[in-house]
Parts: sequence; C-alpha cells; structure tokens
Amino acid sequence: MNVTITVNGKDRVVDVAGHESLLHALRNDLDLPGTKDACEQGECGSCTVIFDGESLCSCLVMAADADGSTVTTVEGLSSDTELHPVQEAMLAEGAVQCGFCTPGFVVAGSHLLEVNPHPTEPEIREALSGNICRCTGYGAILRAFETVTGEGS
Amino acid sequence: MTTRTKPRIVGGIGTSARRPDGKPKVIGSFAYASDLSSEDMLWGATLRSPHAHARLLKLDIAPALAISGVRAVLTQDDVPGEPLFGQEEQDQPVLCDGIARYWGEPVAVVAAEDEETARRAAAAIVVEWEPLEPVVDPDKAADEGFTFREMKVRRGDEAAVGSVVVEGFYETATQDQAPLGPEAGFAIPDGEGGLDLYITSQWIHVDHRQIIACLDMEPDQIRCHPAGIGGAFGSREDISLHIHVAMLSLATGRPVKMVYDRSESFVGHVKRHPSRMWYRHEADEDGNLVKVTARLIFDGGAYAHTSRAVLANAAFFTVGAYRCDNVVVDAIAARTNNPPCGAMRGFGAVQTCFGSEMQMDRLAEALDMDPLDLRRRNALAPGDRIATSGQIIQGSLPTVAVIDAVEAIPLPEPLHSDDPRLLPGGTGLTTPSSSVVRGIGYAVGLKNLAFSEGFDDFAEARAVMTTAGVEVHTAAMEVGQGLVTVCQQIARTILGTDRVAVVWDDTSQIGSAGSTSASRQTQMTGGAVHAAAVGLRDQILAKHDGDELRDDGVYRDGELVASISEVCADGPVEQHVQFRHPATYPPDENGQGDVHAGFVVAAHRAVVDVDAELGLVRVVRVDTAQDVGKALNPQAITGQLEGGIMQGMGLAVMEQLVVDGGVIRNPTFTDYLIPTFLDAPDVETRIIEEGDHWGPFGAKGIGESPTISSTPAIIAAIRAATGRDLTRVPVLPEDIIGI
Repeated sequence: MNVTITVNGKDRVVDVAGHESLLHALRNDLDLPGTKDACEQGECGSCTVIFDGESLCSCLVMAADADGSTVTTVEGLSSDTELHPVQEAMLAEGAVQCGFCTPGFVVAGSHLLEVNPHPTEPEIREALSGNICRCTGYGAILRAFETVTGEGS
Repeated sequence: MTTRTKPRIVGGIGTSARRPDGKPKVIGSFAYASDLSSEDMLWGATLRSPHAHARLLKLDIAPALAISGVRAVLTQDDVPGEPLFGQEEQDQPVLCDGIARYWGEPVAVVAAEDEETARRAAAAIVVEWEPLEPVVDPDKAADEGFTFREMKVRRGDEAAVGSVVVEGFYETATQDQAPLGPEAGFAIPDGEGGLDLYITSQWIHVDHRQIIACLDMEPDQIRCHPAGIGGAFGSREDISLHIHVAMLSLATGRPVKMVYDRSESFVGHVKRHPSRMWYRHEADEDGNLVKVTARLIFDGGAYAHTSRAVLANAAFFTVGAYRCDNVVVDAIAARTNNPPCGAMRGFGAVQTCFGSEMQMDRLAEALDMDPLDLRRRNALAPGDRIATSGQIIQGSLPTVAVIDAVEAIPLPEPLHSDDPRLLPGGTGLTTPSSSVVRGIGYAVGLKNLAFSEGFDDFAEARAVMTTAGVEVHTAAMEVGQGLVTVCQQIARTILGTDRVAVVWDDTSQIGSAGSTSASRQTQMTGGAVHAAAVGLRDQILAKHDGDELRDDGVYRDGELVASISEVCADGPVEQHVQFRHPATYPPDENGQGDVHAGFVVAAHRAVVDVDAELGLVRVVRVDTAQDVGKALNPQAITGQLEGGIMQGMGLAVMEQLVVDGGVIRNPTFTDYLIPTFLDAPDVETRIIEEGDHWGPFGAKGIGESPTISSTPAIIAAIRAATGRDLTRVPVLPEDIIGI
C-alpha cells in the first residue's frame, strides 16, 4: 500500500508491505540506511527516529501506520556544511567507536535537548537509557552531552 | 630564510586525534556491511537445527524451490570444495552433514528475490530429525574423552606446601559479545567465475583461506574486502555466514546479501567459554605464594573454533600477575553439544582472573592481611618468571604501579540521596538509601599481547607517498577500536605530514595484517605502519640527501631541497613491510617455555551499593590504572578502558546466556541484559606509561585488559558489602540473598 511520510522535511510516497516496519521502510525503501537495525525489539535504540515530535524506535512502528506522519532521521540532523551540536560534541569527546549506536544516540540526544535544553546528569542518563552502546561504556557519550548543555568542563 | 623550527604536526602520536571515520558515523553515512545493497541483489536466509544434537533423516528442499522468487536452496551436498571449515581445526561442516551438533547449526541456505521470501523459503524446507541425547555437561564430556585440548602445567616442586591454604570452586557463565552490528555479508560475482566478498570479520585473510578451501577456488578468484563493522569483541574471529553467502552468489550468478537478525546473531557466533575452576592457593605466614594448584574446565561447545588457544591463555594466566615458583594446573577444553565458544575480549584470562583474584582475597583474609599488600608482595615485575610457564618477563610490567595508582584515586562520597536513579534497582524498585550497604573491592589482571605458542604472527602494511599525501594500506580490521586513527598518528609523526589516509585493501592487494584480537593491532599493524613509514622516510631522505621530511618536501639543514612533487616525480614512492613481534615458542609437555610475546597489566577498584534484602546491586564506580606502554591516543585509551569495564561489569552482575539442554533460552536483547546508560558506573582512569620492548614507540595493546580484572573487582566489592562468599558470575539477586 502507498503511504506518504514527511521524512527529513520532504514528502515521500512509499509502497510498503503490511508487515513492514518503519525502520525497514526507511532503510530499504527510502534509501536512508543511517537508521540502524540491531535488535528489532525496541531494546537497543539503534533505530531511533523522531516521529511526530516523539523520540522512538522505528522498528516498533508499522510503516503503514506512519502514513501522514513526520519523521526525522539522523540524515536530517546535519547539513552539508554544519553538524548538529550533538554530532560535533560526540566527535570531539571520542563518543564514537564502532558507531553502530551513534545515529540512535544522535537522534535521541537531539530530541532530549529540544525538550530539555539543560538536563542534569541523571536526566541525560535516563533519557538515553533506551540506547545501548557496547563500545564506549557511555562515559564519552555523557561527556559529549555535558559539553553541549554547558554542564561539562 | 627558511627557519629550523619544525612545523607542528596536527594529530601525531600522544594526541587525542579525531578518528577519520567519525564524521560519517555521526551523520549516518558510514556504510556498515548490513547497509550494502544493489538493485539486482538477492537476499539469503539460513535454516537452522532446532535440536542441540540430532540425526538428519530427511531434507526435502523442493517445497522451498517451489516458492515464487526463490533462486537457490543449498545444502552440504552443494559445497564445492572442503566440506569442513575452522580457523585452528577444520571440524565444522559448512552446512549440516547429517548430524546436528548444536542448537542453531546451519542446515540449508536460501537465496530469494526479497528478504521475506528467503525466510519463508527456509522455513518451507522439510526436515525430519531423530533427536539424540545432547552432551551438555563439560565434566562428563571430558570424562568420556570429548575434548579439544588437555593441558598441564607443572612448574617447581609439586610437593611444596604452604602454611596458609585456601581453596575455592568458581564458575563463570557463557557471555555473548553482543556487538550492535549484526553479522552481514555481501557477495558480488565478478563475471569471471569469482567473487568480491564484503564481510564482517576480524581477520579477512584467515576467513579467505577457509572460504576458498570450501569453495575449491584459487586465492585470486575470491577477494575478501573489509566492510564497515559494528563492533566485534571476538564474535567475528570465526566464520559465520561468509561461505554461505559466497555459495549462494556463485550458484545464482547474482549479488547476494545476508544479514542475521539479533536472535540469529546470538546463535551465529561463538561465545565466551563458560568455565568451572577449582583452585588451591598456598602461602607462607608472610603472604608469599608458595604453590598454586588448579583444575580448569572450559566448555568449548560443539566445534573447535579457538578453544585450544583460549584454554592455553586460561592455563597460563591461572595465577594472574603474581610470582609463584610451584604451580600445578590441569586444564581441559571440553567438546559438548552446547553453543560453540571461542574468542571474547580477554580470551581465557577473564575466567582465570576471576578465580585467582577471588583466591587472593580469600588468602588475604586467611592471613589477616590487606588484600592490596598481599598483591604487592607477590606482584610480578620485569625479570621475574611468569608463575605458570616460567617465562622471564621482558619489557615493562608495572604491576605495583597500577595497584598504587588505582588505590590513590579518591573514593566517592557516601550515598546520601534517595533519587531512585542512584539506588540499587533503579526507578523500578523502592530501595531506601538507609538499607543500602557500600562495598569496595580490588582486582589485578594480567594478559599476554598478540599471538603466542610459536604462531608465526605478522602484519603487513604499505606506506605510499603521493603528491596528495601519504596513504597507509592495510587489511587490518577496524572494528571500532580506533586502529585507523592510531595508524594515521604513527604515519603523521614519522613522515612529518598531517595528510595521511588509511586505505583498506582487500585480500588480493596486500598480505595479512593478522587478527584484530589478542590486543594486538596497535602493536602489530601499528608496528608495521611504523616500520613502513620509517622505511619510506629513509628511502626518500637518502635519495634526496636530506635530513628531514616535512609536509612540503625534503629538507637539509633547514632548507627545502626537494618538494613533494619532485619526490614523486616518477610516481608514488612506497615501502611495503611485514612486521613480526619477538618470536614465541610452543610450550613443552609441562607447559614451560617462552610462549608469549609480551604482557600487560591493569588494576581495578570497584565501589558498589548493595541492597542485601532484595539482592540488588548498583555499581557506583569502577576506577582503573592501566599499563599502556606508551599512550598513542589518550582519548581512545579512555574509550577502551571505559568500554572494557562495562563488559566486565556485564559479566559481573547481569550477562549470562541461559543454555538449557544445549538450547539458548534468551537470544534477544529483551532477555540477555547488557548494561545501559543507567547501569554505567563512573570511571576514573590512570594511565601508566612505561615503554615496552617492542611495538611502536613502546606502546602496548590495551583492548582486553579493561575487561579482565573489572569483573573480580566488582565481585570483591559485593563480597565486602554483603559478607557473601560469591563464587559464580554473574552474581544475581538470589546469590546475594542466599536463596
């Protein structure tokens, strides 16, 4: 069936199967592989997108249910000339190793700063607790977010 | 006039240079293996055994082939070459050869026009099984002679006795590496009967060797390319879908993509060996170790993989970072019908570090001695002999320094908050701060560097000077650890230019870099890059009679004598090297000899808050001091220390694959718990720099150390808080409550 989704500011019409997730549609039908597929159970946050203003796992949204929605993926957060402050901070603080979780952290983190521009450390940890990183131990990610919010050194 | 002032190289060694693949990773454009695709590609899928041990009675692929869109269904009969593969021992059929030996063993593979059809077709294959009794108890398997390796270590006087004796039995669970990136492969036919294979791997050359043998092809017909990798931690040291995706592509003449989903990933790669360890430590009244006796049994699962090497590591690090002249170790890697085990960060040393560090704490208690003083008293130093192998330690080994440094890190404030996010159990539970007990524990871990036991361990690299800058060519796998940055930093420092790009070659373009494992690539590929860069620099300086190479050319006495364009007038200038570490030797029948190339040591201190009534633990801090030789990139080192601690903490308090009758009961991120942001302790690190006897600039590999002693430090802290005699990891609430 055809659905229309506003993805990163552009209206995209996509023919999706009934069983297809939004994650699958983004990666395989809309050529946006930046959103990562690591568990497909909503446990790891690698597929986080902003969906009608909410940060959620795109693996848990049926593509058919996304008709008429507005979605921002990691590809929509930077321009050719400018990185999102979260992206810049993660680079500066060494918060990227294998990078497979990184798009999820960038998207979830950008949303956190939208809704809470000055989160405390526990608030950062809680807001990002749905995103698993297996490489960094989260220390560098925490330092990156503290830098962005002005809490860090 | 040209000044003698050297231009400052940005991003040389010792700086926290940014990783070159960082930007593509944060904007989502970095191509992982699972992101590769082409218009005309097929999708592959795998049918797996539903039994841990069973005889295959009937395999009917016709129903799968009848499905519209299915292009191939292949079984073991379709394997063109060697039917068996394996890194150390070729003992695993590419696809089930009539007997399934573990739950999830691949039976058949399918290629179809889309992913869903491929999965449906795999499910449509009709299989009849005769279930057989699985062997799931490693002790029983060993008794019946089902082993991959049996080792003994006999050093000193077996009759030696100490006046203070402690014994213990310890167990560690099966741990999964759980890299976030799934196993993935993409095979593209070259139109001449060969393939280009883009695969997730830790060592493409050793994969290549196994793939061409099973496909019965010449080396140059199959080119293995490094693909973007989402973490590894040992899980990619062995073949998973590599041969399957190649077979499907050859059979169909089409590009084929295969990607495991998370549950398939849990069965599709090897695990950390579960272990059972019995220990007896004997010491004199002053706390000097007199004798250590141990029996180790590691469950290798159904196929060999790297069990032989893992067992050797476990045995050689039975005593940890301590001197002891009398050692008796009997170690067995058993063959069972449990999930196959192999490499995971720490590689055997994790298990025995847990056992031996628990023993050191017990010994300290029996001696009424400070646990750190006991460790300092027995600490290994350069010139000492490794307790097990008797090898004399060359190079640096600052054991006392790491203990002193971690002890000196200030302790955190006592808990004075009822914020549930700071309490054991977190927001889901209602532990009041008044019922929380704090505990502090220490542990020290020792690990070898690079490959051992006489293995011909080398890494190739090629440094090329072009007018656009320097290219460093390697086939070493960047799995996230930051090797790419370190290679750049080394080349920049030696060649005097910021403009260095690392180029990943395929198996036809360069020789092996060896495995991205055993903490070895900083030293091995880093060593190769160092040697190639030095050779390239000296070659250029000699040709132009210069004394210094800078970004813009060759200088003599501070004057530019040849520009880079002149240097490259006849084309790029290159230097190709093969780098080897100091030779190692196989152990003798008593486990004695110079089996290792070098050693690295670390110490951890854990602070935990425990609710002993509910059995809940919050790991508040894990601090560490780490022997690094020379810090090439401090920020990347911190990343390894923090990330390694988190995997050690996972094994300490939450991570275990539940295997029941050979069947994995929790192959999902819902049921196999790994630490989240809220679980993550604060970490303070101290880097100890004492240059080693080999490796670029004296650097040591530090990928595994952080995971090794963090686990026993956390358990020691929980023991201190609860008084419980905890002997198994992970420690679960029932262990703390004592149910």
